[in-house]
Amino acid sequence: MIRFEKRKDISKYFAMTAPFVSVLLALTTAGCIMLFAGVNPLKAYMGMFHESLGSVYGITETLVKATPLIFTGLGVSVAFRMKIWNIGADGQLYMGAIGASWVALFSGLTGFAAMIGMFLAAAFCGGLWASVAGFLKAKVRVNEIIVTLLMNYIAAAWVSYLVYGPWKDPKGFNFPITQRFSPDIMLSHFMTYRLNTGFLLAVALVIILYILVEKTIWGYEIKVIGDNPNAAKYAGIKIDRSIIGVMFLSGALAGIAGYVEVAGVQGRLQEGISQGYGYTAIIVAWLAGRSAIGVLIVSVIMAVILVGGDSLQILMQLPVAFVNMFQGLILFFILASDFFIHNKISIRRSGK
Amino acid sequence: MEPILKIDSVVKTFPGVRALDGVCLNIYEGEIHTLLGENGAGKSTLMNVLNGLYSPDSGNIVIDGSPYIFKSPKDSIRAGIGMVHQHFMLVYSHTVFENILLAVEDIPFFFSRKRLKKRITEIIRKFNISIDLDEPIWKLSIGQQQWVELIKLLLRDCRVLILDEPTAVLTPQEADRLFRFLKQLRSEGKSIIFISHKMREVMELSDRVTILKKGSSVKELLRGSFDENILAGLMIGTDDVPVWEKTEKTFDSIILSIEHLYADKDKNMSDLIDFSIDLRKGEILGIAGVAGNGQKTLAEVLTGLKNPKAGKITTGGTDITNADSRQSHIAGIAHVPEDRKAMGIAPEMSVDDNLILKSYKNKKFRKLFMQNRKAIEENAREQIDAFAIKTGPKGTPVRLLSGGNIQKVIIARELSLRPSVLVALYPTRGLDIGSAEYVHKVIMDAREQDMSTILISEDLDELLKLSDRIAVMFRGEITGVVDPKKTTREEIGLLMSGETLP
Amino acid sequence: MIEILLYATIKAGTPLLFATLGAIIMERSGIINLGVEGLMLVGALTGFSVAYTTHSLFLGVMAAFFASMAAGAIHGFICVYLRGNQIVSGLSLTMFGIGITSLFGRSAVGLTIHGFDRTPIPLLSKIPVIGQAVFNHDVLVYFSVALVVCIHLFLYKSRWGLHLRSVGENPAAADTSGVNVNLYRFSAVLIGSGLAGIGGAYLSLAYTPFWVENMSAGRGWIAVALVIFAQWNSTRALAGAYLFGGINAVQLRMQAMGTSLSPHLLMMLPYIFTIIVLIFATMRLEKGSTPEPEALGVPYDREDRK
Repeated sequence: MIRFEKRKDISKYFAMTAPFVSVLLALTTAGCIMLFAGVNPLKAYMGMFHESLGSVYGITETLVKATPLIFTGLGVSVAFRMKIWNIGADGQLYMGAIGASWVALFSGLTGFAAMIGMFLAAAFCGGLWASVAGFLKAKVRVNEIIVTLLMNYIAAAWVSYLVYGPWKDPKGFNFPITQRFSPDIMLSHFMTYRLNTGFLLAVALVIILYILVEKTIWGYEIKVIGDNPNAAKYAGIKIDRSIIGVMFLSGALAGIAGYVEVAGVQGRLQEGISQGYGYTAIIVAWLAGRSAIGVLIVSVIMAVILVGGDSLQILMQLPVAFVNMFQGLILFFILASDFFIHNKISIRRSGK
Repeated sequence: MEPILKIDSVVKTFPGVRALDGVCLNIYEGEIHTLLGENGAGKSTLMNVLNGLYSPDSGNIVIDGSPYIFKSPKDSIRAGIGMVHQHFMLVYSHTVFENILLAVEDIPFFFSRKRLKKRITEIIRKFNISIDLDEPIWKLSIGQQQWVELIKLLLRDCRVLILDEPTAVLTPQEADRLFRFLKQLRSEGKSIIFISHKMREVMELSDRVTILKKGSSVKELLRGSFDENILAGLMIGTDDVPVWEKTEKTFDSIILSIEHLYADKDKNMSDLIDFSIDLRKGEILGIAGVAGNGQKTLAEVLTGLKNPKAGKITTGGTDITNADSRQSHIAGIAHVPEDRKAMGIAPEMSVDDNLILKSYKNKKFRKLFMQNRKAIEENAREQIDAFAIKTGPKGTPVRLLSGGNIQKVIIARELSLRPSVLVALYPTRGLDIGSAEYVHKVIMDAREQDMSTILISEDLDELLKLSDRIAVMFRGEITGVVDPKKTTREEIGLLMSGETLP
Repeated sequence: MIEILLYATIKAGTPLLFATLGAIIMERSGIINLGVEGLMLVGALTGFSVAYTTHSLFLGVMAAFFASMAAGAIHGFICVYLRGNQIVSGLSLTMFGIGITSLFGRSAVGLTIHGFDRTPIPLLSKIPVIGQAVFNHDVLVYFSVALVVCIHLFLYKSRWGLHLRSVGENPAAADTSGVNVNLYRFSAVLIGSGLAGIGGAYLSLAYTPFWVENMSAGRGWIAVALVIFAQWNSTRALAGAYLFGGINAVQLRMQAMGTSLSPHLLMMLPYIFTIIVLIFATMRLEKGSTPEPEALGVPYDREDRK
């Protein structure tokens, strides 16, 4: 008879290797599915890795994609610490991009002032957008998962409205894009690549978030609330305020991702600046567990898949949304591996 | 005579604990067999094995001479075993009728409510129980909920009935009634496994007693060959049990007065209605009552978890009705083992972090907005030494500590704040005797130092032993205040069921 | 005008209704499924592809049901048997669904089929205004309404329904009564996922008879929100689904009539409205005893020490 028994302590060995094994299994499964769909998986994977890691350009592109993932991943992860699900990082990213673009295009600020302004506006808009869900969660106990999700659609439609309507570049040949930002307010680039200072900003925020959560009184409060709201209440922590605060922070981080996308990569506001980063952020946060450094590492791994997936669009005419399949599969395997981290299999003969 | 049910050297381990270590038990037809043991001795685990919820690592269950393997509760039900769990297995939002139906196997796909209701009503009438079948469970009193559980077993025609600490939630009168009922079942030839750690009940009911200690069966005794002393001696281990003595004391000043307090109810709980009482300096005020009659709400209001709807709480003339200001005067300890998240601890966090739960903002533990880890660790070292807490390796989540040690963490934290009033909500529930006596000693020591305690408990023995006064609660109101030296269990029992004394 | 709007309301509400009913069945067993969006896509693509190749709409619907059921089985296995996190598993299911349908849907883009025709109900469809708007729909609409009644009867009048509800409220109580908790939960996820798939198939076989990538456009999420609005009750789900169908119908109508309002702003309406409705539904929940299954989202582990 096969039985599963709970381990007292989780298996360290399993816990360390599980994420990598899960990614491998996901790639294998995805390969089988591709075969079935008439796509050569070996060719696809070779293409993916060659494109994302095979050249300096590829590596910089991977880091470019990792940047928004780090921001949004940190955001989702800090909310996780409080057992709050922010599935709306995508929408918050869009709102951040809108805020930053407004400052760039209409505030009249220039130079460094404009850059600071864009950064703050993005953080504020993203944060505010997320706090709506935070407020509803804290005051009315509305399910934050559904609210943040639905607000993604609203934010995306809002960007469309702006770039098709009032913010459309009159000289843009009727394309749904805004005017280009003036070069002096863009983030500086690494040589001729698209990699920009946004990545350094992301790394800096990893460190700041680590200190914030692990070392400060506020971080202590977040951890207590996440662990046992009743104990938190008993300790005199204002739970409602903390929920809204954490959601604001979470959204602000996603908003900054939006800022880096418009000010570092695109140079203007347009549709589709987020390739579902907010959803990938959930994988990042879940895989990284409680660690801010983990967010950094997982973001880069996910970016490899995203960049690789993008390249398949040109290489093998595969749809962009196709990488979602990888992400779903990785999560499935991670969830399954959790079971084996916490349980051990014992095979034995039971009583005659 | 052969036993109808035989448990043979059953072993069951949980991560890190050997809960059952070769337990043997023989149940004969038409007897009340008591399983006696301290909390943590493995009584409930053993019964859950018998009930099919836990599958044992090794050992056998033999019924009528043939071995059985219970893969699920279904197999156990088929074998004629029924159990009333300590925490009732009821669906609270469903009606009594629906809950009973759930337990009946042989009903058709689309069932006729009428016919089934008739069948159930017959049983209810036979045992003289008053219950409305269409009432949702959460509206019933706990005593009534227990009857629903019993009806479920009766309809199933069980041969062996297991009752896990059934009197813990009953008034003395209700308990008497239950005992009469159990004796009636015995005379009909049913076997009853009765689990308890209360000597008085064991003496009254048992035909046979098996004593369990640390996961193994110590001894089986027949009626006539045991008395309270023998049983107590066998049950309690060799571990040190702290001793304490209650000194005579007079009380003059009032430390806390509660006036006309009203508070909203939680789900399934009673609210507070016009609750008024004065707490004197240095006294232990017991609060008796069946669980769910507003005690938890009272504790929550006093410790600042909840704000009252109306009323006033004052100490020495200052109004502390506002939640924030209450915390510096009143500390709370609670232990509800089935719900470790209830109020005391953050289960996933370390002992160090839990010890500063209420004082994390204190200057001592911070440097501006950063935490002062050094001071926090230092504080933990001191407290762990002072209260002899067994913590395991550094950074171990509190959740993995034993019940007694979790309670010590809570006590250490609360007393370190030097409160003038301590609210203790079921402080010994689920603890082994050593730990429970330790808690009693702490409360007594505090009394010596003129700290006042509000002791909320369902255990009348505990209340009678410790309290200087006992207030009885029923449906959120005080039905009477009695002197533990002069009162009787019956008197308190009447007050617990809402009757007033002449 | 009213006739057209009413007709469009029902038509737009029907995919939501299927998905919401599916989600209700799953949540009644205690399993949250945030994968409804992905399941609808799987259903939509499978339904369309099978109908296209076999020229049978019926086979298309059946295929959608089983394909989504298979996809839902992943979620069921992880949540029920491996006791994994239901929220993460559901989200993965949605990602997986979006991804795999985009991969397999490449060849289906641009194709069209002859979708479901209207099947007027004799006599009733002759009633002025209402007749054409309500009693002259495709068979799936009638099926969805019949389903509402069936699910209601199942939940409240049958033994299995009682067991299912008990499993969602207090799995330990059901288990000790001899009910196979895991089996009920897993079956509920299978059936519920299948229904979500039919909701998706309605989109590609009746609502717009073609396939486009990501064509469910958030309807799966709205369905999950509707469950709360419906208070886990199938008859209320009908009202909820048609309410949203109505918003959608009005929104499309306004676009078609060429208002000066940007279509992008109109597109926000259903989502904004869902959030508002969710707020009110939640506020109402707080007051009375909640109809939310007590054990929703909590994995059941028999040997868990309580």
